[in-house]
Amino acid sequence: MTKWKRTLKKNAVPLLFISLSAFAFLYSGASGPVVVSDVVSRFARNAILVLSLIFPVLAGMGLNFGIAIGAMAGQIALFFVMLAGITGTNGLLAAALLCVPLAVVFGWLSSLVLNRTKGQEMITSMLLAFFASGVYQFFFLYLLGGVIPVNNPDFLMGSGIGVRSNLDMTGMQYALDDLLKTDVFTCLLATAAGFGVWLVYQAVKHKKQPLYLALLFALDAALLALGVLGKFGGLWPQYRVMVQIPVATLLVVALVGFVIRYFFSTRMGQRMRAVGNDTTASSAVGIDVNRVRTQAMILSTLVAALGQIVYLQNIGTIAVYSAHENVGMFSAAALLVGGASVSGATVPQALLGTLLFHLLFNILPIAGQKLFGSPEIGEYFRVFIAYGIIAVTLSLYAWKITAKRNATREKKRN
Amino acid sequence: MKQSLIARVGLPRIIIFAFLLLLLALCVLTKQDLGAITGDVIVRFGMNGILALSMFPSILCGAGLNFGVPIGVIAGLVGGLLSVEFGMTGFGGVAAACLFSVPIAVAFGYLYGKLLNTVKGNEIVVGNYISYAAVSLMCIFWLLMPFTNPAITWPIRGTGVRTTVTLEGFYDGLLNDTLSFTVLGVKIPTLLLAAFALACVLIWLFSRSKTGLLMKAAGENPMYAAAAGISVDAMRLKGIILSTLLAAVGIVIYSQSYGFYQLYNAPLNMAFAPVAAVLLGGATTRTVKIRHVIIGTFLFQAIITVAMPVANQLAPDGGLAEVARIIVSNGIILYALMQSGGERK
Repeated sequence: MTKWKRTLKKNAVPLLFISLSAFAFLYSGASGPVVVSDVVSRFARNAILVLSLIFPVLAGMGLNFGIAIGAMAGQIALFFVMLAGITGTNGLLAAALLCVPLAVVFGWLSSLVLNRTKGQEMITSMLLAFFASGVYQFFFLYLLGGVIPVNNPDFLMGSGIGVRSNLDMTGMQYALDDLLKTDVFTCLLATAAGFGVWLVYQAVKHKKQPLYLALLFALDAALLALGVLGKFGGLWPQYRVMVQIPVATLLVVALVGFVIRYFFSTRMGQRMRAVGNDTTASSAVGIDVNRVRTQAMILSTLVAALGQIVYLQNIGTIAVYSAHENVGMFSAAALLVGGASVSGATVPQALLGTLLFHLLFNILPIAGQKLFGSPEIGEYFRVFIAYGIIAVTLSLYAWKITAKRNATREKKRN
Repeated sequence: MKQSLIARVGLPRIIIFAFLLLLLALCVLTKQDLGAITGDVIVRFGMNGILALSMFPSILCGAGLNFGVPIGVIAGLVGGLLSVEFGMTGFGGVAAACLFSVPIAVAFGYLYGKLLNTVKGNEIVVGNYISYAAVSLMCIFWLLMPFTNPAITWPIRGTGVRTTVTLEGFYDGLLNDTLSFTVLGVKIPTLLLAAFALACVLIWLFSRSKTGLLMKAAGENPMYAAAAGISVDAMRLKGIILSTLLAAVGIVIYSQSYGFYQLYNAPLNMAFAPVAAVLLGGATTRTVKIRHVIIGTFLFQAIITVAMPVANQLAPDGGLAEVARIIVSNGIILYALMQSGGERK
C-alpha cells in the first residue's frame, strides 16, 4: 500500500482543496447549475494564463509573476485592433497575431533583467510587472491622444488625451466562446466517445495493467451514462438548460496544453528542462543557459498574451488600467492549487488547479454569507487563500533549498 | 586609489538629483508656491522616515531589505486602533498607540524572524508573499474584531473596523503642529522631525552597542561570525524583531500626520516606498548606514512631492504623478536587484 500512500502524499494539495471546495459547496447551499456554469466559464477563460506559467517553472526560474506583462501585450493588441474597427472572430484573430511581436519583444526585455538577477527571479518578475504597468499606464494615459494621434474620439477621455478606462468590446465579446457552444450533456457524450476511442487504442497498443484500464473504462461508461440520462432521459433539466459549454474555447485550451506538452519533448524543450534541473551541469555540457532562459520568458509572455485575449473576449470589457493587475498572482495561485511547485509543473496540474481555484473563488463568498452572514468574509478569505498558498509554497521551497545547502556544507566539512 | 565623484556618489543618486533639480526648475517656471511645496516635502520626509528606518536593522543583521513592513504596519494599526478605542487623545494617545503596538510587533516579528531564518537567501520573495498573506488574513480580522467605539466601527452595522479611521479629535497632526514655526513661508513640523531624529539616534546608538556590533558581524559574514561563536540566527531574529517594531511605530507617526489609520488592503504595498528610499539613499541589500536612510527618504519623498504640482500642470487629471511614482520606485528596486544579483549565493 506504500504506492497508494505516495500517490496520496504527492496529491495532498489538490486533495485538500477538493475537500475544502466540497465543504464550502455543501454549507453554502449554492445552486448546482449556477456554480457549474460559472466555474466552466471561469475555467475556460483563465486556463491559458495558468498554462503560460509552466515554461519558466521548468526552466528553473520559478513562478513568473511577470505574466502581467504578457497580459498587457494582449490588451495593447486588442486596443489597436478595436481602433482599426475589426470585430468578431476576425478581430480576435488579428489581436492574436498582433500580440505576437509585442509579446516576443516584452518577453525578451524581461529576460534581459531576469538573466542579471539569477536566484531572485520571482521577486524581480513581480517588480518588473509593476514597473511595466507604470510604463503601460503612461502610454495609455498620456501618449495615446497626447503624442500619438488617435483618430477615433470614442476611445479617448473627454479631454482628448488618454484612453478611457473602460472599453466595451462590442462585437468581440464571446467571439470565441460562441463559435461552438453545446449543452453540458452533449459535451459529456462527445467527451466520453472520444475518451472511449482513445482507451480502446491504448488497450490494443500498449496493453497497460488490466485493473487500471478497467477503472478507466468504468469511468468512461459512467460519463456516457450521465450524458445519455441527461440528454435523452430527461434527468437534471436545470443543468441541461443552464450549463452551456464553450467548446471552442476549451478546444483552444486543449490545443495550447498539447502544444506545451509536445514542446517539452522537443530538443528545445529538453534543454529547457535540463537548465531547470541543473544550471551548472547544463552550462558544462555546452547549453547556453541565458539563451534558454530567454526562450522560456518569451514563450511564457506570448502564451500569457494569448490567454489574456481569450480572457477578455469572455469578460467583454477591457478595464484598460487594471485588467492585467492581478493576473500573475491569481494564475500562480491556481497553478499551485493543482499540486505544482516552484520547480515542477505539468499541464494537468495547471488545468486541475485552474478548475479547483475558480471553484473555490465562486463558492467562498456564498459560503461566507451563509456561515458568517457576510459575503465580505468569503471574499477576503479567497484572496487570503491565493496569497497564502503562494507564501506557503515559496517558504517550503526556500526551506528545502536552505536545508540542502546546509547538508552539502556539512558533507564538505566532514 | 581615489574614486571619481560619480562612482562615490553613485549614478542613481546623480540621475534622481538631476531629475529633482529639473522638476524644481519647472516649478519655478510654472510659478508654483515653492514655500508650500518645500513644507510638503519636509512633512512627507518626517512622516515616512521611521518606516524607512525599519530597513536598517533587517539589512544590518543580514536578512536583507525588510519586505515585511506590512507585518509591522499591522501591529502598529492594531495598537493605534486600541488607543482610539479607549478614547485617548493628544500626546497620551500617540504614546499609547506606540506602546500598545510594541508587544504585538515583537510577537509578529518573532514569528516572522523565525520563518526568515529557515529561508535564508530568499528573504525578499518569501517576506513579500508572507506579508501579502498576512494583510489579506487581517482583512477578515478587521471585520471581526470586537471594537465598540463608533469612531472605529461601521456607522450602521456597529461592528467591524471601517476602511479608514479618522484621527480628527484624537491626535490628527499632533506632532506636525505642536511647536511648529514658519521660516520663509515654510512650515517646519518640529516634533515630527524630532521624532524621526530621535529614532535615528537611538538606532545609531544601538548599532554601536555590543548587540549591534555582533549583529553587524553576523550580517556581514555569517560563516565567520558563527566560527567566532556568535549565534547568527539569534542575531537575525533580534534584527527582524527590531525592524518590525520600527515599522509599527513608523505607521503610528505616519498616520498621525496623515490624519487617518488606513486598514484592510492599505498596508499591502507599504514596503515598496521605504525599500526604494533606502536603496536610493545608497544602501544595498547587504550594507546600510543611517545616512542612507535619511538621504534616501528625503530624495524619494522630494521627487514624489515636487512631481505632483508639475505633473498636474502638464496633465490636469492628476494621474501622472502616480505613474511617475510607480516607475521611479519600482525602477530603483529593480536596478538594485540587478546590481546585487547575478550569481546564486
